Amino acid sequence: MNWAETSAGWSWNPLTDLQQIWAFPFMVNAFRAGTVVAVLAAVMGWFMVLRRQSFAGHTLSVVSFPGAACATLLGISAGFGYFAFCIGGALVIAAIPRVGQGGSGQESALTGTVQAFLLACGFLFVALYKGFLGGVNSLLFGSFLGITTTQVTVLTIVAAVALGVLAVIGRPLLFASVDENVAFGRGVPVRALSVTFLVLLGAATAEASQITGTLLVFALLVMPAAAAQQLTARPAASLALSVLIAVAVTWTGLIAAYYSPYPIGFYVTTFAFAVYVLARAARTLSTAVGRHRVVGGGAVA
Amino acid sequence: MSTVNPATRLGDLVRHRVPAQPAGPQPPRSPAVSLRGAGVRVGSRTLWSGVDLEVGAGEFVAVLGPNGVGKSTLIKMLLGILPPAAGEVRVLGEAPGRAGHRVGYLPQRRNFDASLRIRGTDIVRLGLDGDRWGVPLPVPARFSARRREARDRIAEVVELVGASAYAHRPIGECSGGEQQRLLIAQALVRDPELLLLDEPLDSLDLSHQGAVAALIGRICREAGVSVVMVAHDVNPILAWLDRVVYIAEGGAVAGSPQDVITTQTLSRLYGVPVEVLRTSDGRLVVVGQPEAPALHTDRHVEGGGT
Ligand SMILES: Nc1ncnc2c1ncn2[C@@H]1O[C@H](COP(=O)(O)OP(=O)(O)OP(=O)(O)O)[C@@H](O)[C@H]1O
Ligand SMILES: [Mg+2]
Repeated sequence: MNWAETSAGWSWNPLTDLQQIWAFPFMVNAFRAGTVVAVLAAVMGWFMVLRRQSFAGHTLSVVSFPGAACATLLGISAGFGYFAFCIGGALVIAAIPRVGQGGSGQESALTGTVQAFLLACGFLFVALYKGFLGGVNSLLFGSFLGITTTQVTVLTIVAAVALGVLAVIGRPLLFASVDENVAFGRGVPVRALSVTFLVLLGAATAEASQITGTLLVFALLVMPAAAAQQLTARPAASLALSVLIAVAVTWTGLIAAYYSPYPIGFYVTTFAFAVYVLARAARTLSTAVGRHRVVGGGAVA
Repeated sequence: MSTVNPATRLGDLVRHRVPAQPAGPQPPRSPAVSLRGAGVRVGSRTLWSGVDLEVGAGEFVAVLGPNGVGKSTLIKMLLGILPPAAGEVRVLGEAPGRAGHRVGYLPQRRNFDASLRIRGTDIVRLGLDGDRWGVPLPVPARFSARRREARDRIAEVVELVGASAYAHRPIGECSGGEQQRLLIAQALVRDPELLLLDEPLDSLDLSHQGAVAALIGRICREAGVSVVMVAHDVNPILAWLDRVVYIAEGGAVAGSPQDVITTQTLSRLYGVPVEVLRTSDGRLVVVGQPEAPALHTDRHVEGGGT
């Protein structure tokens, strides 16, 4: 796994390092796939965090594991399993009636039930497919080795379609996410948007799972978006920031994983977590400074 | 109650689609809201039925009644969120929900999640173009007349409700009353022909109650916007009221404030002795015994015999 042994080590010159890494076609594919996945996950995750549907997102990411296991058991490409289960899971969650704003108690309970059941199915598939155990680790924690050019193409097409749909529904979706009742009164098809968004989220999860693994996809969905929303309250800026953080975290994760024996999922998650902690700290600091300033100004007046 | 002059602190009313005083013969406008024999059900329960109501263009109507009687449900029915169980309902001459952009809606008070990181101006902006498909290109306002226009319009309504000082802050960090005023700005931003306001004065302090009531009253009078406002206290809006609708006992009574807000009618509707006093300047003081209807404590009364 440690590719640094086969080449010169980390030189502290990002340009030559990247050149060196990109000498391997599989690394080029890993960067391409990682970038596509990061952009898609960041954008979907931003809406997910805003809609307070993180639990649904988590469920979808967990569901990708039985999907991949089932596909492997059937002897077809794991990619099909990811997409089938994630999008199917999204439709099931969408079918659960949404009572009121945000995740109501009943919705969470039902979503959790779906999640637990499908996770159990995943382990059953693994048990049924006896020779498969070695792959479980990379299913759960991700692997960036052996991403084929075809895979990159599929990921790119799916991401482009998903982002295209989101560009069309983006504004009404934001309206419906922030203020469901008022949006409905304005003629925004709240329910249809909610279903569409969950399907898009399912597609994003299915894509991201293939890179970061089932258990860590959630990190790419939630952390860049949460960090960006800490840093700014402007929708366009925080969306862009979210994408930037996700891509940066994925690239540094890939580089770190290339030079060390540990899995990429760990690095991506750790870096994303670090960014989130920094963002929170920055905001706490800036509010403290702001308050200080207000108090100071008040004393003068 | 409030002794604050309601006309203070308000900017000029600007840019309204409808001319101020209708001069000369005009094409007859269809009534803003008309209910004929309407009824509504929530679950398996009929909240009220057989309600006839007509709100003319430019009229200011208050909807009163005890808690849980179906006032908010009436508003939701007018928005098309809930279908009427019986009767015929028309809003601005169309079926409910069809005239979306011509209706401004303020939901009953609920606070935004404290963690919601969206600015107040963005909330107002959603009222302006949040229902449009597609995402606006991030062109700087300098190069886009449309963006400039939108920005100016938002600044204008935010100023109108007196929310400029905190409109740029994340809405979750605004106080309940500040959020309420931003939401009123959101309801006003698109020059609606009909305003459906669910307890807009709730959570405002007395001076702001007067100011917001006067703002809505002037928009109604000067711009000919019809207003249907759910309220628990009529006094802040009494000066502007054309009619009140009292919902109770499964039905509704409509009429002028002087006719409906009387000792006899209110005592009958609430099922407890209520006394209505009139001050020398024509304001009404509702005194409840033992609990005043204006004090939000009537939930206990609701089930009581009539
Ligand atoms: N989604 C719902 N499901 C079931 N019952 C509901 C629902 N929404 C409202 N109700 C019931 O319908 C009745 C009327 O509710 P509504 O919100 O219209 O009351 P209201 O007159 O606005 O009261 P308030 O003065 O407290 O705002 C209540 O008894 C409430 O319990
Ligand atoms: Mg209500």
